[in-house]
Amino acid sequence: MNRFDYIRPGTVAEAVSAAAVPGSAYLAAGTNLLDLMKIGVARPERLVDLNYLPGLDAIEALPDGGVRIGARVRNADLAQDPGFRRRFPAVAEALLSGASGQLRNMATVGGNLLQRTRCPYFQDTASACNRRAPGSGCDARGGENRLHAVLGWSEACIATHPSDFCVPLVALGAVVEIAGPAGPREVPLADFHLLPGATPERESVLAPGELVTALRLPAEAAGFAAHARYVKLRERTSYAFAVVSAAAALRIEDGRIAAARLALGGVAAKPWRAEAAEAALVGAAPDAAAFQQAAEIALAEARPSGDNAFKIELARRIARRALRLAAAGTPERLPALPASPFAPLSGGLHG
Amino acid sequence: MAEPQRIRHGSSLGQPITRRDGVLKVTGQARYAADNHPPGLLHAVLATSRIARGRVASLDVAAARAHPGVVAVMTPENRPPLAMDPDDKSVPFSFKLDLLQNDRVRYPGQPIAVVIAETLEAATEGAALLAPRYEAEPASVSLDDAEPFVPPMIGVGDPAEAHHGDVDAGLAAAAQRIDATYETPTQFHNAMEPHGVVASWDGDRLSLDMPTQGLAMTQMRLAALFGIPAEGIHIRSPFIGGGFGSKLLSGPQALGILAARLVGRPVKLVLTRAQMYGPVSHRAPTRQRLRLGTAEDGALTALDHHVRAATSRFDDFIEPSASISHTLYAAPAIATRTEAVRLDAGTPGFMRAPGEASGSIALESAIDEMAAACGMDPLAFRLRNYAEVEPVSGKPFSSKALRECYAEGAARFGWDGRPLAPRQMRDEQGLLVGWGMGTATFPAMMFHGEARAVIRRDGTGLVETGAHDMGQGAWTALAQIAADSLGLNLAQLEFRSGSSDLPNAGLAGGSTHTATAGGAVHAAGTQAIARLTEVAVADPRSPLFGAGNVGVVARDGRLVRWDDESRSESFADILGRAGLPEIEARGSAAGDAAAMEHYAMHAHGAVFAEVKVDPELGQIRATRLVGAFAAGRIINPRLVRSQYYGGMIWGVSFALHEGAVLDPRTGRVMNADLAEYHVPVNADVPSVEAILVEEEDPHVNALGIKGVGEIGITGTAGAVANAVWHATGVRVRRFPIAIEQLIGGKEA
Repeated sequence: MNRFDYIRPGTVAEAVSAAAVPGSAYLAAGTNLLDLMKIGVARPERLVDLNYLPGLDAIEALPDGGVRIGARVRNADLAQDPGFRRRFPAVAEALLSGASGQLRNMATVGGNLLQRTRCPYFQDTASACNRRAPGSGCDARGGENRLHAVLGWSEACIATHPSDFCVPLVALGAVVEIAGPAGPREVPLADFHLLPGATPERESVLAPGELVTALRLPAEAAGFAAHARYVKLRERTSYAFAVVSAAAALRIEDGRIAAARLALGGVAAKPWRAEAAEAALVGAAPDAAAFQQAAEIALAEARPSGDNAFKIELARRIARRALRLAAAGTPERLPALPASPFAPLSGGLHG
Repeated sequence: MAEPQRIRHGSSLGQPITRRDGVLKVTGQARYAADNHPPGLLHAVLATSRIARGRVASLDVAAARAHPGVVAVMTPENRPPLAMDPDDKSVPFSFKLDLLQNDRVRYPGQPIAVVIAETLEAATEGAALLAPRYEAEPASVSLDDAEPFVPPMIGVGDPAEAHHGDVDAGLAAAAQRIDATYETPTQFHNAMEPHGVVASWDGDRLSLDMPTQGLAMTQMRLAALFGIPAEGIHIRSPFIGGGFGSKLLSGPQALGILAARLVGRPVKLVLTRAQMYGPVSHRAPTRQRLRLGTAEDGALTALDHHVRAATSRFDDFIEPSASISHTLYAAPAIATRTEAVRLDAGTPGFMRAPGEASGSIALESAIDEMAAACGMDPLAFRLRNYAEVEPVSGKPFSSKALRECYAEGAARFGWDGRPLAPRQMRDEQGLLVGWGMGTATFPAMMFHGEARAVIRRDGTGLVETGAHDMGQGAWTALAQIAADSLGLNLAQLEFRSGSSDLPNAGLAGGSTHTATAGGAVHAAGTQAIARLTEVAVADPRSPLFGAGNVGVVARDGRLVRWDDESRSESFADILGRAGLPEIEARGSAAGDAAAMEHYAMHAHGAVFAEVKVDPELGQIRATRLVGAFAAGRIINPRLVRSQYYGGMIWGVSFALHEGAVLDPRTGRVMNADLAEYHVPVNADVPSVEAILVEEEDPHVNALGIKGVGEIGITGTAGAVANAVWHATGVRVRRFPIAIEQLIGGKEA
């Protein structure tokens, strides 16, 4: 690990001005950054530690019915907040399906948005990686890439974003609140992460020194609470990143879908909202044919980036599954194995 | 669940005693090697190769040395001399070591330099600053990248080929045949405790805190490497955070010792998790072709098992996967043949059930395929082909309660009523359900071990042996044997172990340790009692006077006349009256060559597995495992069950989770951490049961112990794979089973 300066700001303004110095990185829980520093992937010259900032740690109900979540709220605290999980059950389900209990007790909301890809070539400093070392190439192409992107990838980078949490958030129209040297601003989460294009090293819209201070979910998002699920396919039952995942939320009125939200995880460099599929669902009956069609639309543009064509079909299936589970209704209690296909399904698989 | 029947009242043997060091461990007081910080300690960190083959062209030693806190950089230029070539393998069970003998790189992850600093952080950054440049050469990465050859021996000395009967004729005459090829991956050692050492030199005396499965052997190898007397090397290994075959002397540990030599101060070197994926051995990848034939009645007519296994380009360890086919099923014709390919990888080695584990998943899958081809239930098929004598050697078994294992395991699991055809069962959620089984087996071996027992003036006992507790509970099981051999309860016994200045207890490997060290402890204890008896029966003032050796038994700290319990005397009284401060005896144990010549000695078991598979998404979970094992005498059923659980969970891992992912171009391990190299979590093994089947073996050794450390993984991996077939109708022959192999474009 390189030597670095360590700064402990007392206010958001101090933090922003300290981190505006090139080579700075914000330290929140450190569950991702410290790992990357230990393996030499991240070598910040200065760490700006947010753990002693006052504030940014509240879950606030907003007057308009929405919710603001401070960037320093821990994943476990948010998932276990009774009001939050009642109103945004798919978000809680996603949170509890991520990482491990120990990590969730530390990891923060803001840090989750900014976690780095798990692409092994990104994590291996001896490999070429345009995301880590711009212009060096991409060893994932032609390498081990069965879990890489099938949507939105480029010749420069085929990595995926690993977050579970972001998948229902992007489906539900979350907004990111940002403080920065040029003042505060806000960005829809759907626009927050960047697809790789020719500049995969630019992972989000954050400018140097900018700090995520909060996330907001609009009041409208709570309108899906009765029919909202997150489903995650993974190669072991806990502590594994998604092969593919999906968040689905429906508003069903008079036996028809009045509004639909669908997003996919593990398929692209950002949480992938499938707006065309959502549009196709509106007005349809919540049945297998509609879900199949939505899944087809959601993956219409997908193409393998390597040895991963199977993920396209899996993504269709997980989208279908999430829609079907959402239509069946949010369970009274979160399943014991959140987001797992092995969690009990009301009515069974073929119900 | 019922405990075995042979628990004797007043005895420690057979009791399910909890680990005597359990409280120390769960409260963090157990001091593992890396917990030691002698005064003046420096920290060493390895720099490891990023290429598979070639040479290190340059290292920026100046940059590393200039980093604040760095004390020294050890490279081939300045590495202290050794008395022995690190590539010399004259010490048994040893492998060639990479000790900076030159600038060659022979595998990814090979140590190429060591940075020694005042802090771990400074040493870590110093290692990064070395920024090596390489001259890389093309690497052989996969089993198809090199020409196979037939090695002179496989495993630790078995022939590469074995024949019994005429396989071609047997296959030609068969009514049904299968011909199937299975692939197993590279698996890396991931014990909780990574390899490490804290080393201090005092002249030519060497003091080490180091986890090892072979104290005496490590001491001998180090003595030869450094050209110093073995007695001058003191290794303390009181607790080992898992060994699984990897913790004999490793290259990195020797480098830590060299680093201490270089700087003249104590040095600690501990591998990072990523550095475990290179220099400490691994389970070799294999490709195994099995050809089986049966007559109309389901009797095997031939079994042909052909293995291709990888070894390194520079050293030999050939995974003996086909050995399992020599013992398990009766067939008039059996042939096994092993070929090896040389890859630019670290040298493979021992990993829990080396050979048996990889061979078992292939053989048990093939047996399942053969049973299906015959239209027979897999258990009925195995019983039809039950080996009454060891098929290839023709020897009778010293004991074999496999039939009872099949029966008890099947009953507990509820195997009856299993539909023959696959894809017939669903649960209430609509998940596919499958049941599979496998036979478990592991040879019962022994090394030579020694122990010392003392009966003290106050009537308490001391037993010492240089044994190894890797987490399996040796300190508890061996102390139980020691207490019984001295006729004491555990509270009256001091048991010392885990240090090289104690009698050589052999090697904790090959599932031999309880038999070997326990046999030695038993011999020493009973010898001490014999000496005490001589004193007592020769003393006219003793109530035991004239009883003779055979007429006395030791119990509760007293010698008691066998034929008259009213006549007894305490150890303390006997010694006190004789004016003896203590009585000491030594004992040893080793395999009985005559018995081994006459009998085939193996533990056996039967494992039954239930899996559920999501038909749309292909996600698999092993929802239920039942294993029934017969392994001779059980010293401590709680610890033994724990060993079976661990092995069975590794079997699930083998079938469903675990495998190194290598970059096909560079051979580098791309999942070298515990987030990406998957082993099961608790939720992956929701129900595991192990049944201890009664078995008495009068031939295997004095205590009748067969060993339980490795057998659990065998049988289980195949049972899980077979259950996946039974659930889905898809036969996957490449492990671990991946989702895409099941969904294949349509519903599983």
